[in-house]
Amino acid sequence: MIELKKLRAGYPDRPVLKGIDLVMRPGEVLAVLGPNGCGKSTLLRAAGGLLPRTGGEVLIDGVRLERLSTKQIAQKIAYLPQSRSVPSITARRMVLHGRFPYLSYPRRYSREDYEMVRSALDWVGALELADRQLTELSGGQRQKIYLAMALAQDTQTILMDEPTTYLDVSCQLEVMALARRLAEQGRAVVMVLHDLCLALRCAGRAVLLRDGRVLREGTPEELYTGGELERVMGAALGRVETGDGWRYYYR
Amino acid sequence: MSSWRTSSVGNKGRYGLIAVLAGLLLLSGVANLAFGAVSIPTGEVIAALLGRGEGARTAIVLYARLPRLCGCLLAGAALACAGVIIQGVLNNPLAAPNVIGVNSGAGLATALCCALAPGAVRWTPFAAFLGALAGVLLVLFIAERAGAARITLVLAGVAMSSIFSAGIDAVVTFVPDALAGYTDFRIGGVKNLSMARLAPAFWVIVIALLLALSLSNELDLLLLGRETAQSLGLPAKWLRLALLMLAAALAGAAVSFAGLLGFVGLLVPHIMRRLLGEESFPLLISSALGGALLLTVCDLASRLIFSPFELPLGVVLSLVGGPFFIWLLLRQRRGGGGL
Repeated sequence: MIELKKLRAGYPDRPVLKGIDLVMRPGEVLAVLGPNGCGKSTLLRAAGGLLPRTGGEVLIDGVRLERLSTKQIAQKIAYLPQSRSVPSITARRMVLHGRFPYLSYPRRYSREDYEMVRSALDWVGALELADRQLTELSGGQRQKIYLAMALAQDTQTILMDEPTTYLDVSCQLEVMALARRLAEQGRAVVMVLHDLCLALRCAGRAVLLRDGRVLREGTPEELYTGGELERVMGAALGRVETGDGWRYYYR
Repeated sequence: MSSWRTSSVGNKGRYGLIAVLAGLLLLSGVANLAFGAVSIPTGEVIAALLGRGEGARTAIVLYARLPRLCGCLLAGAALACAGVIIQGVLNNPLAAPNVIGVNSGAGLATALCCALAPGAVRWTPFAAFLGALAGVLLVLFIAERAGAARITLVLAGVAMSSIFSAGIDAVVTFVPDALAGYTDFRIGGVKNLSMARLAPAFWVIVIALLLALSLSNELDLLLLGRETAQSLGLPAKWLRLALLMLAAALAGAAVSFAGLLGFVGLLVPHIMRRLLGEESFPLLISSALGGALLLTVCDLASRLIFSPFELPLGVVLSLVGGPFFIWLLLRQRRGGGGL
């Protein structure tokens, strides 16, 4: 479990996070919402130890982040950035990189590592893509491979920065379904999302940021009925009940 | 998301291509020893190498062509691998050692070393390493401060190359004897080498290549971007520095005896990446072989085209490498890709 206590981060002349208190619980999909520039991505990076803090603390299973090595953090938290370089390597090799935090001497990946890669690819439904070049894959297929890499990394917490951007609707829903399955495995899945309807539909809990602070935190139901979401995001939302829960839409 | 890569092959094809490169290198090596102003039969070349030869031809093989061949092998492998590392670490396919000022930094340090301590030939690879390191650290500094836009980095490298080259000119102006065969040094070549002169560079290059191969997993992670690499447990900041130091050692050692050879560090990694993909371990091995092959072939051509006269190796390299690289760029553009 990751706990953020009075977390401050950003730049000396421009603080971005101004004292965030938040808990990322195992078994839950947490959506991080808020307008552009409110600190959503900074929150993920600071929580993952990728950005220096300017105040407060991050506790990973009760241990302060700075007491852990980079490798130990990587064994606890997987981070999928919004954009990244796409090297000309196979999907299998990409997923194998997820085993790097466990690589020890003689610095060769073991049979178990390769087995974990295979089962991670199978789990996300991308086994048939294993030998394809990453550069040849569509955005949705790549996102599956990145999720498989996070799975191979075998961490309790997975941070995803806008994983559904640039994907078509069916791919977005597929990624969100995979995120929920990851949470059902007992992992904490934290996602920065721009699509409010998708976030309210798929997340178990959501946090709304404004100007580097938590404005509201709760279930999608609480955020929807609270009114802050519409006010801060400047979007009018509606919803209909289906046999499979609420579906949200922009009015 | 960005991509500057094209195609690659599977494991079998990859190692098959490496075997082909090794075979071609062996052939070109033998041809390098056998052909020149005087043609020497292969049997005599082998006898000379095994210590069973005698006479003028044996002397040509052992004291003129063998050091020259070793110079080509070392400089080609070192410059190509330095290119792979620098391009990987900076995530910029244009960032070859000669483009971003690493070679000219090494050249300036070599010139200074020769001017200030003319007798200390064995120290030139280490001085060149320091010069190359200065060049590479300046690049890293600019990459960190300016956001490392590809074209910014290249332009900054061009500016740094000019500054370092002006420094070399200044040293040679004040101490004309600093670089014997100054023109040869500026153009680049492997003439007038001896095994004794190559020895320090040999050890630097072999050790740096082995270290680079042992860090190939780390180099692979850096290709994913600094944040992703760090999130996978890689101390990215230090690894970038360590890998760039290895690239500086490789480029510096090569420049210390071969001068300012261009194109190898740009052209060879680019071709190998197209053929084999970007996995660092096979890419480093194939680039080392490809760089060595390119220089041995160009060196042979430099001796044969106007035999018995000789063109400088750097000239042949530019005449072969330049048009080929432009062809590659145009072909890539037609294919819809781009650097």
